Amino acid sequence: MLGAARRQLGSGPMLGQVLRRLRPAAVAEATRGYSAAAKEMTVRDALNSALDEEMSADPSVFLMGEEVGEYQGAYKISKGLLDKYGPDRVLDTPITEAGFTGIGVGAAYQGLRPIVEFMTFNFSMQAIDHIINSAAKSNYMSAGQISVPIVFRGPNGAAAGVGAQHSQCYAAWYAHVPGLKVLTPYSAEDARGLLKAAIRDPDPVIFLENELLYGESFPVSAEVLDSSFCLPIGKAKIEREGKDVTITAFSKMVGYALQAAEILSKEGISAEVINLRSIRPLDRAAINASVRKTNRLVTVEEGFPQHGVGAEICMSVVEESFEYLDAPVERIAGADVPMPYAANLERMAVPQVSSFSSILYFLLALAHIV
Amino acid sequence: MAATSFTAAKFLAPVAARSGGERAPPLPAGASSSSFARAMRRGGAHHPRLRTALAVSSDVLAGNKAQAAAANPAVTREEALELYEDMVLGRVFEDMCAQMYYRGKMFGFVHLYNGQEAVSTGFIKYLNQADCVVSTYRDHVHALSKGVPARSVMAELFGKATGCCRGQGGSMHMFSAPHNLLGGFAFIGEGIPVATGAAFAAKYRHEVLKQSGPDGLDVTVAFFGDGTCNNGQFFECLNMAQLWKLPIIFVVENNLWAIGMSHLRATSDPEIFKKGPAFGMPGVHVDGMDVLKVREVAKEAIDRARRGEGPTLVECETYRFRGHSLADPDELRKPGKDYFPVSFYFFASLVKFLVLTRLSGEMENGIKASLAKFVAMLKMASNIVLMKTDEKSHYAARDPITALKKYIIEENLATESELKSIEKKIEDVVEEAVEFADASPHPPRSQLLENVFADPKGFGIGPDGKYRCEDPKFTQGTAQV
Repeated sequence: MLGAARRQLGSGPMLGQVLRRLRPAAVAEATRGYSAAAKEMTVRDALNSALDEEMSADPSVFLMGEEVGEYQGAYKISKGLLDKYGPDRVLDTPITEAGFTGIGVGAAYQGLRPIVEFMTFNFSMQAIDHIINSAAKSNYMSAGQISVPIVFRGPNGAAAGVGAQHSQCYAAWYAHVPGLKVLTPYSAEDARGLLKAAIRDPDPVIFLENELLYGESFPVSAEVLDSSFCLPIGKAKIEREGKDVTITAFSKMVGYALQAAEILSKEGISAEVINLRSIRPLDRAAINASVRKTNRLVTVEEGFPQHGVGAEICMSVVEESFEYLDAPVERIAGADVPMPYAANLERMAVPQVSSFSSILYFLLALAHIV
Repeated sequence: MAATSFTAAKFLAPVAARSGGERAPPLPAGASSSSFARAMRRGGAHHPRLRTALAVSSDVLAGNKAQAAAANPAVTREEALELYEDMVLGRVFEDMCAQMYYRGKMFGFVHLYNGQEAVSTGFIKYLNQADCVVSTYRDHVHALSKGVPARSVMAELFGKATGCCRGQGGSMHMFSAPHNLLGGFAFIGEGIPVATGAAFAAKYRHEVLKQSGPDGLDVTVAFFGDGTCNNGQFFECLNMAQLWKLPIIFVVENNLWAIGMSHLRATSDPEIFKKGPAFGMPGVHVDGMDVLKVREVAKEAIDRARRGEGPTLVECETYRFRGHSLADPDELRKPGKDYFPVSFYFFASLVKFLVLTRLSGEMENGIKASLAKFVAMLKMASNIVLMKTDEKSHYAARDPITALKKYIIEENLATESELKSIEKKIEDVVEEAVEFADASPHPPRSQLLENVFADPKGFGIGPDGKYRCEDPKFTQGTAQV
């Protein structure tokens, strides 16, 4: 019944028209709670600066991938690094995902700290044998003799109009595997802190960025800009405090969740938004603590619904905080179809702000009736 | 099945054209002048190798003393005994594995290396501790040659906590960080990029980190089979290794079979060593049943890599005496399959004899001499006949251990009794390894969840459990980062 409601309300006329007129950036800024935020930084600059600082701090860190050197990065994330560190440390590879990913893993076996860039994580499927079998499982198979301090990074999830083979979200795939750490930064602070932690981490880390977030600016404090700054892996961030419903999200969906929370607050509903930051290990403690406070949960992700991140979060809450739930956990995910190309279909295939608020509104209405 | 679609006539013509520019220099005096006989002597008598050019290379074995050395390599007594001992260890260990498997002490997938010992010994015994070896699932003997103690390997196979990977890896995943044995991979071709990465790390350490050993670059040797040479990753790594001039040797253990798939049925061009020059690196073919020849090629390739001259592709023609794994009934390698009619070879040798004796005018040397020559040719032909009707017994006759033993005794490097005492010593070592493994404990329950991560908390959380970014001192660089 809820599903039917979602389909109807997802295109609810009044609310939808209201929402589409709002400017995302303004709403986003208003909902953030940084103090003394002096500077703004794009996610792209955040990643670039993190790479730069880590490469200068540790000479065993090197970057390899397609177009990372002379092209300055397919999305200009590695701009300037080739000039600064030379071709020995910023390697342009041939189009050989399986080969160069394996080379990165072998180099990590021998104590170097490679950062392997995938032009998009869709291409990582050609190298997934190495990510899982020779990177993730090696520390276990060798009983701790061989650790693999490698970072696999690149854009993940849907961009704009890039079609089915370039738009899949891999968070659930990689989070399924023991031996990998999976990180999903949202803001510039997340990007800097998590990438630095990932590079210094002695284990294989999957760092899922988002192409559409690269150009977005976020305020950063002075601590964030420090070269020793890093964020803890496995800890989520409460982006917005609330008391009526918990919304968990990661990557780009955090921005949407914050917008939705803003709209809901005008309706008198106070939503708590959790930026997961880390899909594996999942910050179950933070999620459960939040659900115990608000008693309702909506999980949001861009990827396919079946066996997705939301399913795991729901199960975690059912296992640990079942008595605290006042309503069933609601899952908002992308459509269960390969990503279509047509712009209007693509919009329908990923969660949109309008669908969020409509569901939340409906859920809460339902809860009041019951 | 392949015999019907595959005939020598189709194959020989193009090969002759191709091998025109790649003729190996002739063997030193004492060898027969007939190209056919030369091919036979090298033992590469499987029908694709009826032509003469076996070693294709750019610089590695180009017409120099290495060729003579390959035919008659010089080893010292110590070296010979070391090689012998290592090969016997490999053989006795693998035979013991088979016994233990059938007694239920070992389980899962176990792939034995019997017959291929010359390749492992020939290459690995020339490496240093700091050099790396990457292997496939057929990795017990690579581990032993690299120096992992037999008791550790046996305990690992039994799944005990005293194994080299504490029982977590098993037969197919032997890792040893102190010996630089980087696995043990179950996926075909998976070890090749990892080995290329280890070679990359060696070069990186030398050029970027400015740390290098006195001998030159640390070398990596990647072992894999004939089936792997059709895998994409193999070609990707040949490209990148040559592109970046990495210190790696790609060693193909061509035992002609990938489980039940014959190399000839799976590969459009079965001469794997020729795929090296396609990427700009030397490709060398060597008789993998002769440890001394393998060692000569290994020396050249390893020294080349250490000097920074780049990778080499070495194809070792070898054979596994047992099935693919201990679970393999090994039915496809029956005698008589895929081979030519016996009469073909008999007539071929007869015709060659007649033609060559006529051409070289040997008839003038006397009937006795020419008869002797004819008998020699018949012998060779009969070897082929035997081989053609039974691949297994052909290669069994070329057992690398027996061949080295014969060589040692003939060259008076050691006596029979010394070799026997080595064999006895090895048997004791392997017996002791089994006893050790039997007596070792199973892994404790707590081991199940250990070692998934090197640092389960992740870098962002300091050793005291606090977040590093909340440590007030981190911006001053005094925090523990």
